[in-house]
Order: sequence, then C-alpha cells, then structure tokens
Amino acid sequence: MIWLDTLVQGILLGGLYALFAAGLSLVFGIMRLVNLAHGDLIILAAYLVLMGVTLLGLSPWIAALIAMPVMFGLGWLLQAAVLNRVLGKDILPPLLVTFGLSVALQNGLLEAFSADSRRIPVGALEGASLDLGLVTVGIMPLMTFASAIVTIIALNALFYHTALGRAFRATSDDAVTAGLMGIEPKRIFAIATGIAMVVVTLAALYLGMRANFDPSIGPARLIYAFEAVIIGGLGSLWGTLAGGIIIGVAQTFGAALNPEWQILAGHIAFLAVMLLRPRGLFPRAVD
Amino acid sequence: MLETRGLTADYGQFRALFGVDITVAAGECVAIIGANGAGKSTLMRSITGVIGNAPGMVLHRDEPIGALSSAEIMKRGIAMVPEGRRLFPSLTVEENLLVGGQARKVQGPWSLDAVHDLFPILGERRKSPGTALSGGQQQMVAIGRALMSNPELLLCDEISLGLAPVVIRDIYAALPRIRQGGAAIVLVEQDIGKALAVADRVYCMMEGRVTLAARAAEVTREDIHSAYFGVAA
Repeated sequence: MIWLDTLVQGILLGGLYALFAAGLSLVFGIMRLVNLAHGDLIILAAYLVLMGVTLLGLSPWIAALIAMPVMFGLGWLLQAAVLNRVLGKDILPPLLVTFGLSVALQNGLLEAFSADSRRIPVGALEGASLDLGLVTVGIMPLMTFASAIVTIIALNALFYHTALGRAFRATSDDAVTAGLMGIEPKRIFAIATGIAMVVVTLAALYLGMRANFDPSIGPARLIYAFEAVIIGGLGSLWGTLAGGIIIGVAQTFGAALNPEWQILAGHIAFLAVMLLRPRGLFPRAVD
Repeated sequence: MLETRGLTADYGQFRALFGVDITVAAGECVAIIGANGAGKSTLMRSITGVIGNAPGMVLHRDEPIGALSSAEIMKRGIAMVPEGRRLFPSLTVEENLLVGGQARKVQGPWSLDAVHDLFPILGERRKSPGTALSGGQQQMVAIGRALMSNPELLLCDEISLGLAPVVIRDIYAALPRIRQGGAAIVLVEQDIGKALAVADRVYCMMEGRVTLAARAAEVTREDIHSAYFGVAA
C-alpha cells in the first residue's frame, strides 16, 4: 500500500511541476523562446504574493489574484521592451538576455528580501488531508493538481476556441503572413508572455504555500519545468502535464527508496525518456 | 487609391526595384506582368510593408503608408494573397478564413458564408487542416482568407503558379464576382493571356523597372514582347 501512496503523491507533485512548466511551454510553443529566467520569475511572483499577505494582510488567494495582473503587465513589458528586440533567427541572443535577467532577478530579490527562506502562510489548510480509504492525500497537493488541470484546460480553450488563440497559432506558424492578416506578431508575443506570467503567479502561489523559498531557488524550478516540457514534447500542454507527472512520480519513488535520491531520480527519469523518445512523448512542434 | 512614387527596394546590397511608379484606382483590375526576377513580388512585398521603404514612396488614399507595418497596412484595407499561398498549417480551412477577417472588422459583401458560396469546396472541407487540401483548393483558401477582411484592394501574387489549367480556370472564374463586391484587384502574373483577359490596365516589369503601362484592351503583342524581353518582336 505504501507504493500506491507513493504513486499518488508523485502524481499530485507532478501537478506542481506542470504549473511551473505550463507558462514555459506556452511561450515556447508560440515564439520558440526559451526563457531562462522563468524560475526566477516564479520566485518573484511568490514574493509578490507574500507581500500581499504580510504587508496588506490579505489571504494568499486574494493576494495572488492581485499579483496576477501585475505579473501580466510585467510579462507584457518584458516582452515588448526587451525580448521582442532579440527574437530572430539566431536563438542565442534571447537565451543570453534571459540568462542575464535570471542573474539580475536573483540578486535583486536577494537585495530586497534577504537570503532568509520564507513561506506563504496558509493556516489550517496546510496540514489538511483527505482520507480516500486506500490512501490519504493532502488537500494542498490535491488543489495544486486540480489547478494544473484547470489551467491546461483553460489554456487549450484559449488556444483552440478563441480569435486570440487563432492569432497565437497563426503567428507561431508564420509571423510574416500573420502580419499580412493584420496581426502584429510583437503584440501577440507580448500578450503570450503576459498570460504565461499569470500562470507563473498561480505556480508561485502553490510553491510558496507548500514549501519554503528564497531568492536562489529559481533555477532549480526552471530545470523541473524545462524537463517537464521536454518530456511532454515541445508545445503540447497535456504532454507537459504528463512530463510533470513523470518527474513527480520518479522523485517520490526515489525518495521512498532513499531520501537523498529524490532529486536525482527525477533527472534520471528525464534522461531515460530522452533516450527512448528524443522528441518527447507528444511532440506537436515539427522543428 | 493606391500609388507608388519612385519606389525603390533593396535586399541588402542588391537593388530589386528602381523607381517604380504605378497607380490603382478604386474598383479597377490591374495586371502586373513580367518574367521571373522582374521585381513583381518585391513590389507586392513593398506595398504590404513586408519590405520597409521610405514613407512617401507608397501612398494609399493620398497618405504615405511606406513606414507602416504589414498589419497596419492590412487594416487600411489592402489584403494580400501571398505567393505560394502561405496557409497556416496549424489552422483548419475555416480557421484560416476566420483569421483573415478578425483584425479588420468592416461591413462588406464578404463573410464566411459568402466565401463558401464563392468556393463551395471550402465549406465542405471546413474542418480539414488547410495544408491537407490540393494546391488549387489551398489557393481558394488563400483568396478567401484575404477577402474575409472586406478589402478595398486585393493584391494577388501569382495565383496561378504551379496549378493545372483547369484549376486556374476555376480560380479566374471567381475574379469577376470579387470585382462585383467592389474590391480593386492587382494581379501579379506570369501568365500574360490570363491576366490580360480580366485586367483593365497592365504594367509590364523588367529588371526592377516598369517597361510598359497601357490599357489592356489596347496593348499589342509587339508592345508586350518588347516590354517583357527588352527586345523588339
């Protein structure tokens, strides 16, 4: 029964990784941009939510709702003012710029919030659990997983059933021809990054409520997100969820065998998938 | 309605257009003919802002549009059927049509139903991926997609290229109905006979310059031969 419990915990943990990764997957799917500052932006959003809770006395949920439009604006500005200038045939400039942004964000957060690890207080919910007979699951991991599912459904609905989603896909296919259809690719990219930052805020909320965070842990979240996206196949959101679950399950089984193996097991699972399916499980993008 | 004045265009060090002057009046059908490499497609790309140019070189309703983006130019009512059709592979036939009309919402004769009426096959295949269609059907999607914005000027770049004669006939048969809708049409063509049969006026280009400007009904075979090849027939 312990193995069933481990499996369920791993699947639920995968929900958190899918939330980390959904924004990354969205941005990559539309503009082939790998944002190396993605993890640090999650941490920035976590501090924003924390400030809402500690300075304004808001509940974490309300604080996150307020942080979402702020992060949308920040993502929009980042794309419009910086990333749009470096996007092009050469993939190196955006990588360098987002790497620089990652370093700057970490140091900025360190300056502003010190290296102390923090947590978003959530009260009784933190330890609450649900007895399902065979296994007992935490309410918080369950909510995280449900949020990941809802996020992916919402993003897919946006992608496949709205005019904005059509513009996203058209621009992703062929930005020059999209321009001839009256779509401004740069504006589309800015909106996409803004939406990715809204998802980042949701990921940050759960990250901050479930575990301690400090300014230095962004890059490790980026790695998990990145691995989830790659396992799933570039550009497929359900694939990203599957990727998150694979890493989560590998980590919980690794930890069940030996607590020191938790992180390592996730990375080994990633490498194993890459060996067997180099293009991921559900590849959508052809390049 | 549309005018170019001394339009030049460069690809890096290479100059592709040397002072091109053309005009298109409202509701008119103008053919631009010329051999491969004459600069016809470059002219289309300059008018639609894919290639940037000096602001005063392209005028639309007497306003300079040379510095505008492709999207801004399209929103003014200049729609393009690009060379090679350039459908969006991730979009279905219907989505390809819808994406053409979503940025410019103006009243006019064209809608999804009207395009399906013009090309019935597009209604039957509405859920197929755009790129799963035959070349001729893809060309119909590309034309329909441009019409969806109810343009006042439709630029068609090589719509017969690579298509079977029977398919070209079907596509050209749609042009009179498009004109009835009120749009002016610019046809870039290598097929001189097809172009002259539907156009009011014709420009011939050679090596980045306009070598002939005439009324289609009055132009002679000799005129075209010398303008097209640079030598007398």
